[in-house]
Amino acid sequence: MTLQLKNVSLVRDTETHIYPTSLDLVDGQFNTLLGTTLAGKTTLMRIMAGLERPTQGQVWFDGEDITRVPVQKRNVAMVYQQFINYPNFTVYDNIASPMKLLGKDKKTIDDAIHRVADLLKLTPMLHRMPNELSGGQQQRTALARALVKEARLVLLDEPLANLDYKLREELRDELPKLFRHSGAMVVYATTEPSEALLLGGYSAALFEGKVLQFGPTVDVYSKPDSAESARVFSDPPINLAKVNKAHGQFSLSAGAGWAANGEAHALPDGEYTVGFRPHHLTLTPHGDTSVKVSAEVLLTEISGSESTVHAVVDGHTWISLSHGVHSLDKGQTIDLFIDTRKCLMFDDKDRLVLS
Amino acid sequence: MSRLKWLVPTLYIVFLMLPIYWLLNMSFKNTNEILGTFSLWPQTFTLENYKTIFTDPTWYNGYLNSISYVVVNTIIAVTVALPAAYAFSRYRFLGDKHLFFWLLTNRMAPPAVFALPFIQLYSAVGLFDTMWAVALAHCLFNVPLAVWILEGFMSGVPKELDETAYIDGYSFPRFFTRIFIPTITAGIGVTAFFCFMFSWVELLLAKSLTSVAAKPIAATMTKTASSSGYELGLLAAAGALTLIPGAIVIWFVRNYIAKGFALGRV
Repeated sequence: MTLQLKNVSLVRDTETHIYPTSLDLVDGQFNTLLGTTLAGKTTLMRIMAGLERPTQGQVWFDGEDITRVPVQKRNVAMVYQQFINYPNFTVYDNIASPMKLLGKDKKTIDDAIHRVADLLKLTPMLHRMPNELSGGQQQRTALARALVKEARLVLLDEPLANLDYKLREELRDELPKLFRHSGAMVVYATTEPSEALLLGGYSAALFEGKVLQFGPTVDVYSKPDSAESARVFSDPPINLAKVNKAHGQFSLSAGAGWAANGEAHALPDGEYTVGFRPHHLTLTPHGDTSVKVSAEVLLTEISGSESTVHAVVDGHTWISLSHGVHSLDKGQTIDLFIDTRKCLMFDDKDRLVLS
Repeated sequence: MSRLKWLVPTLYIVFLMLPIYWLLNMSFKNTNEILGTFSLWPQTFTLENYKTIFTDPTWYNGYLNSISYVVVNTIIAVTVALPAAYAFSRYRFLGDKHLFFWLLTNRMAPPAVFALPFIQLYSAVGLFDTMWAVALAHCLFNVPLAVWILEGFMSGVPKELDETAYIDGYSFPRFFTRIFIPTITAGIGVTAFFCFMFSWVELLLAKSLTSVAAKPIAATMTKTASSSGYELGLLAAAGALTLIPGAIVIWFVRNYIAKGFALGRV
């Protein structure tokens, strides 16, 4: 089972929503589309579902061109960010509706519904109307409907975004388990890098209608092939700075420098962009590979056990994430430490050369 | 202060109800008492007026005619407006906004403007003096109104509902009848109510497009007033009965109306 997008693009009213994109989604895995709002996640999903016809390019499923197959004839299921259920049907009928339309017999439908309802803890609500349920239960109903259809392609468009924190964590744990057994190909859209990492599988980093990178989630995170992709896959945003390599030494314009050892040694001299995530820019040094820069505090946010410090270094705002509670005053001069072992290095063409 | 809280609403309601009370009061009196004495309640209580209306075909046919064209008009207006409103709420097409506004402007034109062309047209095609003439003529202002109200309700339904249904495998007609229409029943109720009311109270077209066979109750009332002197008691009874259909309809849609106001279209 494969889903391929071949050079798919979407232009509406002279505005490009999706730039030519090719993607080969991986079967039996979570394929996460990661990007901010308006990155094109939903549009890409609508193309996969057949709700939107691409301006150019084709969608292939199992070696068959399905670009022009209407949505009703495709074997897909979709769950939206808003809780979408049929308001005039009971939860039971809501879940039953795709099966009824497929012409399954009553007994099969009934068994399937009770199995799925047990799984999603909906059994006591089966005979209620959707608007009598809480948000979490409504979304479970929508998920149950997607699950019971046994579609080969399941599209989940930020299904947890409108749920409260607790429910979100709970459902996020359940989701991969639920769909693993169904053997379906799952496409999951999210704005949160941490969610993509928790779900595992494969990820595509999207930015302004372009797929920047696609691969195993951990690889996309640890080896972003461009600074843009690293920015999409980092929350809080990754720090980027210009760095110069000369005589086996990297030097920041802020003054700090470190020796280019190992792989870095082989890089030709010249300008690079260095990227380091906020938790690799700390208030205390990490061994002897840390490099000290001096910074001026702009803002400190303390979230329980962690402190996020926004600081200005040589005219650029950097974000530092450290353990412990550090309350710093605005305007105060502090020392920040870059963990140079964790640095990503991009060349002048914005390609990853060192990680 | 708190003891006076009931005062203003009470006064307001008394003033509102006064003409209605007076109408009912008159309907239970005979004409002599109405003209001769001033009484706050009937001195000689009589149901004679109502009896006349329910037994004399020239009277009760007026009601039947009115109700038939109003019901037919409401059904036509809502049926025609449903797909139109769906198109306005879901699709973008050339001139959609202008067309939508143009629909509203139909509501602004006084019906008198259209009386003459309608009389001429309906006479030519043999519809004159039938309830169809009035039912169709009232579509002139009720269809735009229905489209306008329904569009508001439909736009309140997320388009993801439509898409979910298509993904589940519903065809458009099946989705529209099984899911979409039940979802907006409140809107349809409100729309039907307004169509019913506007058609029920409209007098000019209803009167000029009918002569004998399909004469509406309002026309019957005005004619009786001029021919056999002033039968005020009878007229009051007819008036009181005219209020009833409206009251019944309001009773059925009272909850939906509030919802309609909340959606900001009514």
